[in-house]
Amino acid sequence: MKNMTSPLIVIMFLSCWELGARLYDKAFILPSPIQIFIRFWELKKVLLLQHLPATLLTIIIGLLISIVAGTAIAVWMSSSLGIRKALYPILIASQMIPIIALAPIFVLWFGYTIWSKVAVTVLITFFPITVNTFDGLSSDKKEMQELFLTMGATKKDYFFKYSVPTALPQFFSGLKIAVTLSVIGAAIGEWLGAQAGLGYFSRRMMTQFDGAAVFAPIFVLTVLGVGLFFCVTFIENRLLKWRTKN
Amino acid sequence: MLSFNSVSFTYQSGGNILDNLSFNVRPGEFISIVGVSGSGKSTIFRLVTGLDEPSAGIISLASDQNNQRLGKVGYMPQQDLLLPWRTILENACLPLEIAGMDKREARNQVMPLLHEFGLAGTKDDYPAKLSGGMKQRVAFLRAVLSGNPLLLLDEPFSALDAITKLSMQEWLVTQWERRKSTVLFITHDIEEALFLSDRIFLLQNKPVTSVDVIEIPLGRPRTRSDLHRPEMLLLKEKLMSRLQSEVTV
Repeated sequence: MKNMTSPLIVIMFLSCWELGARLYDKAFILPSPIQIFIRFWELKKVLLLQHLPATLLTIIIGLLISIVAGTAIAVWMSSSLGIRKALYPILIASQMIPIIALAPIFVLWFGYTIWSKVAVTVLITFFPITVNTFDGLSSDKKEMQELFLTMGATKKDYFFKYSVPTALPQFFSGLKIAVTLSVIGAAIGEWLGAQAGLGYFSRRMMTQFDGAAVFAPIFVLTVLGVGLFFCVTFIENRLLKWRTKN
Repeated sequence: MLSFNSVSFTYQSGGNILDNLSFNVRPGEFISIVGVSGSGKSTIFRLVTGLDEPSAGIISLASDQNNQRLGKVGYMPQQDLLLPWRTILENACLPLEIAGMDKREARNQVMPLLHEFGLAGTKDDYPAKLSGGMKQRVAFLRAVLSGNPLLLLDEPFSALDAITKLSMQEWLVTQWERRKSTVLFITHDIEEALFLSDRIFLLQNKPVTSVDVIEIPLGRPRTRSDLHRPEMLLLKEKLMSRLQSEVTV
């Protein structure tokens, strides 16, 4: 019964929406969930075969760059106090940049290619990965380090056999945040200028006063975000079996 | 097996802990180092394992004088320090992997030992599932694999309940006799030291200038009731009052 609560809330919310939209009766401003779903069904080929792959590619490339660069920066920062002190404030400051305001510049630099969207995605997803991984790497114990030393461990042994497994749960927390943000990043990137993508399609429908077709790609984006989140959780549970077994 | 020759140790902050200390540990001995808190027990351990280097003097390990002690002494810390993401088998394999052994080979070497150490049936469990006593057995096995024949045990049973502690002491003696290892055991529990040791090193003065060596007049195997012999009770009494006089309240 317990796990039925959130579906129930969603159903209640959608019912209220449906009712409100019917009473208001201006579908180009507020389409009802059923109208949105019908429009999605009509547009499913275009949405799923043309625009979804474009957005998914942006997300995957952006996330991969963020994972590689983010963990590299985290490892680098944890390697010395000087580097940490130099980089940490810059990292924080990079998050203070209003990315939506910056995005048109990316279009200027990279044009309408995929790279302007990837740039937006990277800029908002690398931060949670870097900060979480860094926290994970810095949470090691002195006693453990000494135990490894008495076993004759090198720095490399310690890093791979202790630091990395210790940081892994934190890395996954960061990745889960990044995955949700990546959908937003890709959509923002596409609004500003693209030839394909769910964000682009949604914006184009806006200019045509097709309310239901504005929402249909948003619906796809939401499902995509949830799907990616579950993918990460699945990998996490596989890799961190020891946590669930305890 | 191990000898300290006029070893001094001073902290960088200037605190003098050891001053011109010498002692000798023979192969196969079970030695307990007893002293009040802050008496320099942990400094001696850090020096023996190689985590610290003496300010003066020579520490030699099994007539090997090239001064590389890290990785040669099996160290069993106060907390078990098992890795939660490794199974019992994998935890025990750790020192062998660090020594460069192939993973499969390490497993093959450790598997029969699990049984010997009373850990049969736990190989695929994670440490969180085990009791405190069992975790210490794994920690001891890991120490044996990383540094036989010299083992350093730093108050390994201090976190266990009284009953488990007694059975772990007996278990430890059995393991030591079977493996013919040399044990340096740090404790402040006098009864424990009397029951386990061949000799007790009582740390004296601040900084420590010498160890008072006390031979235990008991053969092996021992039983708990041996501790109630008149000469043992006297010895215990004597040690107690010696330690009390060292405590500065």
